[in-house]
Amino acid sequence: MDQILGNISLLFEFPVVNLKIVIDGLMIGALFALAAYGLALVWGVMNVKNLAQGDFVIAGGYVAWYLAKLGLPPLFGVPIAFVIMWGIGWVIYKTVISRVIERDLFTSLLATFGLAIMMAQIMNLLFGSDTQSIQLQYDTLYMFDGFVDIPIAKLLGVAMAAALAAGVIFFMKSSRMGQAIRATAQDARAARVLGINTEKVYSFTFSLNAAICGAAGAIIVMVWVIQPFYGITYSIRSFVIVTAAGLGNLPGVIAAGLGIGAAEQYGAHIFGIGYQQAIAVLLLLFVLIYRLIQQKRLRQSLK
Amino acid sequence: MKKAIFYVALLVFITAAPFLFPDFRTQLATLWLMIVVSMTWDMTGGQMGYNSLGNIFFYGTGMYVAAIICIGLVHDVGLYNDAARSEIMKFTDTQYFVGAIVGILGAGIFCAISAVVIGYVTFGLRGPYFAIGTLGVAIAAGELVSNWEWVGGGQGIALPVYPGDLDTGKIFFYFLFAICGVVLFIFLKWLYQTRFGAAVNAIRDDEEKAEAMGIHTLRYKLTMWALAAFFVGMVGGISAFQLIHFEPLETAYQTINLGIFMVVCVLLGGKGTLWGPIIGAILFHVIKEVTWNYLLGWQWVALGALIVVTVVYFQDGLMGWLLLKKPEWFGVRVEKKESTTESVGGAS
Repeated sequence: MDQILGNISLLFEFPVVNLKIVIDGLMIGALFALAAYGLALVWGVMNVKNLAQGDFVIAGGYVAWYLAKLGLPPLFGVPIAFVIMWGIGWVIYKTVISRVIERDLFTSLLATFGLAIMMAQIMNLLFGSDTQSIQLQYDTLYMFDGFVDIPIAKLLGVAMAAALAAGVIFFMKSSRMGQAIRATAQDARAARVLGINTEKVYSFTFSLNAAICGAAGAIIVMVWVIQPFYGITYSIRSFVIVTAAGLGNLPGVIAAGLGIGAAEQYGAHIFGIGYQQAIAVLLLLFVLIYRLIQQKRLRQSLK
Repeated sequence: MKKAIFYVALLVFITAAPFLFPDFRTQLATLWLMIVVSMTWDMTGGQMGYNSLGNIFFYGTGMYVAAIICIGLVHDVGLYNDAARSEIMKFTDTQYFVGAIVGILGAGIFCAISAVVIGYVTFGLRGPYFAIGTLGVAIAAGELVSNWEWVGGGQGIALPVYPGDLDTGKIFFYFLFAICGVVLFIFLKWLYQTRFGAAVNAIRDDEEKAEAMGIHTLRYKLTMWALAAFFVGMVGGISAFQLIHFEPLETAYQTINLGIFMVVCVLLGGKGTLWGPIIGAILFHVIKEVTWNYLLGWQWVALGALIVVTVVYFQDGLMGWLLLKKPEWFGVRVEKKESTTESVGGAS
């Protein structure tokens, strides 16, 4: 308890520490937002709540890590992870997801949970259960007498995440496929009547989601650490963000992602690093209860 | 009469099983654990339509509460769980048995109360949100307990060993689990026939309409979940004494193991039936043990695949499949289609 109070008073004595925490949080939050955007896409278009989201992230991370171990420049890992995860996403769509789209939501939730367990265990068998990361040979920027340190690798990661997000948004807005995806999200039946091959749209959307997650994971492995069983936390973070922001609300997803990144860093600073997973999950409960109270006022329940 | 003979024979078999198969006593006890948690999951998941992924919370909480009560009756809990303690704290036989029985019952009662508290908040969530919310409760509880030094932190708690020789210990725990399971079965068989059971089924079929018919849905939901939590908490407490040593993330709040197994058991056997969860649990336990033995290292992957396959292709379960194939076994009468030629011939 004393330690917690001490950590809080530190925040007020040295306001610069706040800046460091917020910057760290925003950097991590950008990556959370990327994974959450993929979840919002799948959730909105095909009404599948994907609990394997985090495992796609970790799988992308391992692709990049493996390539770096083979000797490729680490930055190449991001596009390659994107492509490989696209393929894995397509296979998973064809074998499992395409059969649960029309079913009730618990089916898709449970099927993807089984998928998540499978993926985590396969990665555990292939790569071992140690935490892994790629060390990048870049400098670190120091500001405010060394209170705030920003590794250039992290800045690079954020820039890549932003570029990827911008690319995906541009694609969704302007390309023919992006239009078809948005039309299917609005009304799948009407889209089918108007000649859109919704089956193709579904498989494309799910593969795109897996690819986005894979690229996010490839960035995460450069700025943070990955481990086969960290996936579920990323899934839960994605759910927190999407639940907080709502579907089809892109600025909301980005804002919620950044906010959750910052909130987690604050929590880790105040309560200690051991509580980091607990904080991510407690944020989910907090958001759910908040949304519940919001809905109660309208005499509705959260469905 | 036929039914009475069947149930008596079953009861005799249950009593004789640990003596007939002395090598499988621990296995059989674990099977009873699976049966109980599957049946309690089906109480809310199958009968009430609330698919919880967080029932494992009550299992873990039951473990901890039972252990803390048993230790707390005799020693100081914080001191007992202190990793650096040097003295060995002993339990006499009476202290052990009184502590175990009081602890197990206390675990059930505590879990029932916590189910009411958690349910009061989470039952506003529907469908997938309820599943994710309860999953969040279970994961958060595990993470918080693993940071709580008073109950041993990430090291967990080491309980005293069963006094007496190993074999009687195994039989003792087998019968604790079995009594729990048999009581639960009789209770559920009675409960599903009452008005309460009908109201709970009405909530599953259409909650808004049930409410419009004058059923106080929240009260029914809380009661049902508290009853389920009572039994899960008790088997959790028994497991704590059976396992002797347990730790928070892998044993107590084992979200991805037992927490998901119970759902798969129910789906394998058939949701919303009395016998479905039991058959599913037996089936699942056999599959699990076989894969554990023959697919060393890959058993988890096989289990994940089993979950996916069950959910995607076989969701109605064994009972649902039987209902489709042999409806007359369940007292459902299917009207045979009369051959059209005859009726046409009759008209002319």
